[in-house]
Amino acid sequence: MFRFSARLAGAAVALTLAAATPSLAQQFELKLMAPAAPGGGWDQTARSMQQALVASGVARSVQVTNVPGAGGSVGIAQFVNGAKGDGNQMMVNGFVMVGALAMNKSPVTLEQVTPIARLTEEIQVIVVPANSPIKNAQDLAAAVKADIAKVTFAGGSAGGVDHVMAALFAGAVGADAKKINYIPFSGGGESLAAILGGKVTAGISGLSEYEGQIKSGKLRAIGVTSEKRIPGNDIPTFKEQGIDLVIANWRSVVAPPGITPEQRKTLSDAVEKMVKSDAWKEILKQKGWEDAYLGGDAFADFLKKETVRVTDVLKSVGLVKS
Amino acid sequence: MDTFAALAHGMAVAVQPMNLLYALIGVFLGTAVGVLPGIGPALTVALLLPVTYKLDPGGSLIMFAGIYYGGMYGGSTTAILINTPGESASMATALEGNKMAKAGRGGPALATSAIGSFVAGTIATIGLAFLAPWLVDFAVRFGPEDYFALMCVAFVTVSATFGDSPIRGLTSLFIGLTLGLVGIDKLTGQARLAFGVPELLDGVEVTTLAVGLFAVGEALYVASRRHHSEEKLEPVRGSLWMTKEDWKRSWKPWLRGTMFGFPIGALPAGGAEIPTFLSYSTEKRLTKHPEEFGKGAIEGVAGPEAANNASAAGTLVPLLTLGLPTSATAAMMLAGFQQYGLNPGPLLFAERPDLVWGLIASLFIANCMLLVLNLPLVGLWVRLLAIPQPWLYAGILVFATMGTIAAKPSVVELSMLAGFGVLGFLMRRFDFPIAPVVVGLILGPIAESQLRRALAISLGDPMTLVQSPISAMLLGIALVALLAPFVLKGMGRFKANED
Repeated sequence: MFRFSARLAGAAVALTLAAATPSLAQQFELKLMAPAAPGGGWDQTARSMQQALVASGVARSVQVTNVPGAGGSVGIAQFVNGAKGDGNQMMVNGFVMVGALAMNKSPVTLEQVTPIARLTEEIQVIVVPANSPIKNAQDLAAAVKADIAKVTFAGGSAGGVDHVMAALFAGAVGADAKKINYIPFSGGGESLAAILGGKVTAGISGLSEYEGQIKSGKLRAIGVTSEKRIPGNDIPTFKEQGIDLVIANWRSVVAPPGITPEQRKTLSDAVEKMVKSDAWKEILKQKGWEDAYLGGDAFADFLKKETVRVTDVLKSVGLVKS
Repeated sequence: MDTFAALAHGMAVAVQPMNLLYALIGVFLGTAVGVLPGIGPALTVALLLPVTYKLDPGGSLIMFAGIYYGGMYGGSTTAILINTPGESASMATALEGNKMAKAGRGGPALATSAIGSFVAGTIATIGLAFLAPWLVDFAVRFGPEDYFALMCVAFVTVSATFGDSPIRGLTSLFIGLTLGLVGIDKLTGQARLAFGVPELLDGVEVTTLAVGLFAVGEALYVASRRHHSEEKLEPVRGSLWMTKEDWKRSWKPWLRGTMFGFPIGALPAGGAEIPTFLSYSTEKRLTKHPEEFGKGAIEGVAGPEAANNASAAGTLVPLLTLGLPTSATAAMMLAGFQQYGLNPGPLLFAERPDLVWGLIASLFIANCMLLVLNLPLVGLWVRLLAIPQPWLYAGILVFATMGTIAAKPSVVELSMLAGFGVLGFLMRRFDFPIAPVVVGLILGPIAESQLRRALAISLGDPMTLVQSPISAMLLGIALVALLAPFVLKGMGRFKANED
């Protein structure tokens, strides 16, 4: 027992020595909730934060808990009720939670949590099979305008970012978003098979998920949803093809309701420090995530705007009853 | 010849001492988590991901693959010995395996499942090395309508698990189908049968149902019977090892199980459960000892066990060639690849051949290790049955509960486990078969969403279901399998009349 604790103490000393700001790190013990099962995007974000927060010396220890269920609806309910006023807890969330809460008629909303910062985003892409007659975004737009029901989109779960994007695409090219023929698949895997097999017209997903297929020429990317072209990648944006479609699958971190302004500042500072650390940059590079740091009130505004936009789209496709 | 050279190169990577060690750790961990009900290989890999971050990619992927194969081995052990499948893919094994164990033939049952897993794993890994590019083309052509047809075949064969009374079997199946409706509808995002409970929105977890019905239900049932008559369990009756007769009856089911497991495992939405049931029902039809089925027929263990291991190798086909994760564990392995900045897919074979072939080679090694690890353990495992029943079943309850909490820490989940336990007890008490419930929960949602997807793609035209050659063929098989017993029976009667 003694030997074990001695080794532990040794490890702690080593950590403290390596830390850039030991005074802050010594007292900071964080709890981080990933409102999803181990392995998904939110879980990976939480575990990456854990790694970066400790490695950069911002926190002494970070404990990640998983509360899976219903696109985060279960997790946020537990977070809002259980962590109220606790300045040492945070929760990872993202785009998908906005839609999930609206669709599940969750009694808890994102207005109740304290926004801290947006961390990352993944650019979305629309792809078609390599042998498809559709060559670019305008071709797809023409097909959608000709007969929207005949254009089948494959993507992730109903009401998720892929679904919202399909509706936004239809709306942006002047078609009736209510009539889109969107086929939800569980996970990128199954939908990829449907696209490669030519079962559907087009597929929607995060760019990183299809990058291998695009590079090998099995899929043709007809547009990405970023404002500007991604450096080192020659896929044109929808904007430059004359279609106003900008959307990203963002992930962020929030704090519980009822914390003091000082507690909020401490958490915001900690996250900002983490985002600027080399450890975090290294992780972003490995995972292929875009740095989309947006802190403070700017993030709070962004969150509000996204909530309105997503809820409107989900209402227009009939997933949320108004 | 290229493949041989690449494989030889891979062997050289895999037999490096460090990689051998990783493979050993992997198979050991995998066997351990496979044995514990509720804790699956997916969860294990997820928990290990952050730990392995600092290791070199080859080593940790080899370890993950070991966990995956090990989990498939381990899951069968508890299924056979205490009627508690560690994974849903081991459920078919429990049907005959546990009957064998109760008759004192636990040794041969464990042995045929270990050797069958080895045979199937080895053949399927060879398939992975040589057929992967061809098979993946086939798998990608499988559309929603073809999946629906495959589910029809599976539904027809479910009847093999019904036992004596079709009515009771169908009742069980419909309980399962109803449970499959719970949660958010995949195609419209609307909640069904969730009654406002957010935890129910994700539907009923297959492991919770299987562990509740099998493990908790069995424990309650055994407890309730204690004062009626002490059931004497003899751990070993006859030989601990497989007899010549056992070998003769096992080898064909091993090969047939592999034929089901590998291609279906390679399908993006195939899974490991369906081939085990197809294999079980096939063996039941083909056996020369039909009277033993339901009482502990070795074919019913050999086939499904081979099928589930072969499907584990099949799952790696789309994962490595397309980057398609088709099971929870495969999804975790994909995350494992990505943490090293590797993207499995068409480019991985070209960009990192050392890694891919090292992984495939280490699968062979993991398989051999598992056989060496598991065969000597058979004698030890069988001793488990000598533990006094109150202790054994108390232990099972503890592990079942722990596994469920580990996967989903929520009161609702635990209540469901308890509820399913009571359901399992009642079904045993009133002689309803249990397996069809779990099968219904697995097959129902897949069949429903694939049918609706197929119809959405075809704009509501039902002809799409028979226009694809694959689905037409599969539906034909389903029809033959459904009608054949009646026709044969009729012919039998005809013959009898002639006599």
